[in-house]
Amino acid sequence: MTQGSRVAAKLADLDAIPGTYPFDGRLAQKGYALNKMCYSFNDAANRAEFVRDEDAYCRKFGLNAEQREAVRKRDVLALLAAGGNVYYLAKFAGIFGLGVQDIGAQQTGMTLDAFKAKLKAAGK
Amino acid sequence: MARIVGGICTSHIPAIGNAIARGLQNDPYWQPFFEGYPPVREWLERVKPDVAVMVYNDHGLNFFLDKMPTFAIGAAAEYQNADEGWGLPTLPPYPGDPDLSWHIIESLVNDEFDITSCQEMRVDHAFTVPIALLWPGTQRRVKTVPVAVNTVQHPLPTPHRCFKLGEALGRAIASYPKDLRVVVLGTGGLSHQLDGERAGFINKEFDLECLEKIVNDPQALTKYSIHDLVRLAGTQGVELIMWLVMRGALSTRVRQVHRHYHIPVSNTAAGLLLLENAA
Repeated sequence: MTQGSRVAAKLADLDAIPGTYPFDGRLAQKGYALNKMCYSFNDAANRAEFVRDEDAYCRKFGLNAEQREAVRKRDVLALLAAGGNVYYLAKFAGIFGLGVQDIGAQQTGMTLDAFKAKLKAAGK
Repeated sequence: MARIVGGICTSHIPAIGNAIARGLQNDPYWQPFFEGYPPVREWLERVKPDVAVMVYNDHGLNFFLDKMPTFAIGAAAEYQNADEGWGLPTLPPYPGDPDLSWHIIESLVNDEFDITSCQEMRVDHAFTVPIALLWPGTQRRVKTVPVAVNTVQHPLPTPHRCFKLGEALGRAIASYPKDLRVVVLGTGGLSHQLDGERAGFINKEFDLECLEKIVNDPQALTKYSIHDLVRLAGTQGVELIMWLVMRGALSTRVRQVHRHYHIPVSNTAAGLLLLENAA
């Protein structure tokens, strides 16, 4: 096996963990505009600008249609598929007062209480 | 000469910062987590380190994807936190030690580690939460040297590479001519996953293995790949690599002074370990 195909096999292997999408160069390129917008939410003034006119703010960062739709739906799995990185997406979720347990519940299709109970059960 | 007085690993979950701000240490949810910390604070009161070398991972506060260094070291007179997008309180700045920072940078580069030096660096919860846990209050008694390891964008540095960085960091500190007591912190972990349908993944069995091996057989942990850690500890459980940097900086034989483990804090299995170099 060549070095290149070994690397490719390894990356394919990374994709093989169910429900897990390691944020690699491919996703980093795909999601650049979306993540750049979310990175801007470190600044409260930018969060306020997004809330004032979401469409204009998404246009300013050049989101593609898939990213724009995922933002509109506040759909974390769709945002990940569109190249979003969870650390930057967390700042987007923060605008709506959503924490990591809320987005965990959303991604797993559980109620928040059921998701919390699952975490607690992991300690047993 | 500077001397490493010990190493501490601790989780750095943002929710801990909120719990401290709201005084929830004795709340039934939080008490089993916070009860792990007094012995480490007592040790710090006794040993009084002058400097904390903070090995942590930035979560998209200081670094964006335009430039993503694998290893970055702060070399500033002070470091400021920020609200990180969630409205976290802005805290008094953390004093740095630029002379020590530059000594470490020079020593590491001479030791063939290619370091990004940062004369401006904003520090996030992975830096501020451990300090709030270990040095409560807003008085900044300990100076800091931030060492940021990339866990945002793959490829991440391998566990083996991180352990070797720690060894080089230990040599760098030991060769600093000023008499300083230095504590090395590795923050993050243990198992947790925030993203994907596998969110909420926790692996107690693997965490307990890590807590054992990091003390007496860290080499065994360096044999894992990043992929192994994602599989065994979750996408964010890879933060174990910060613990390996800390461990590499200590001597081959160490003494475990204190250990604590609690599930869950937010989405995370929380770990705490205090080690001293064995004579």
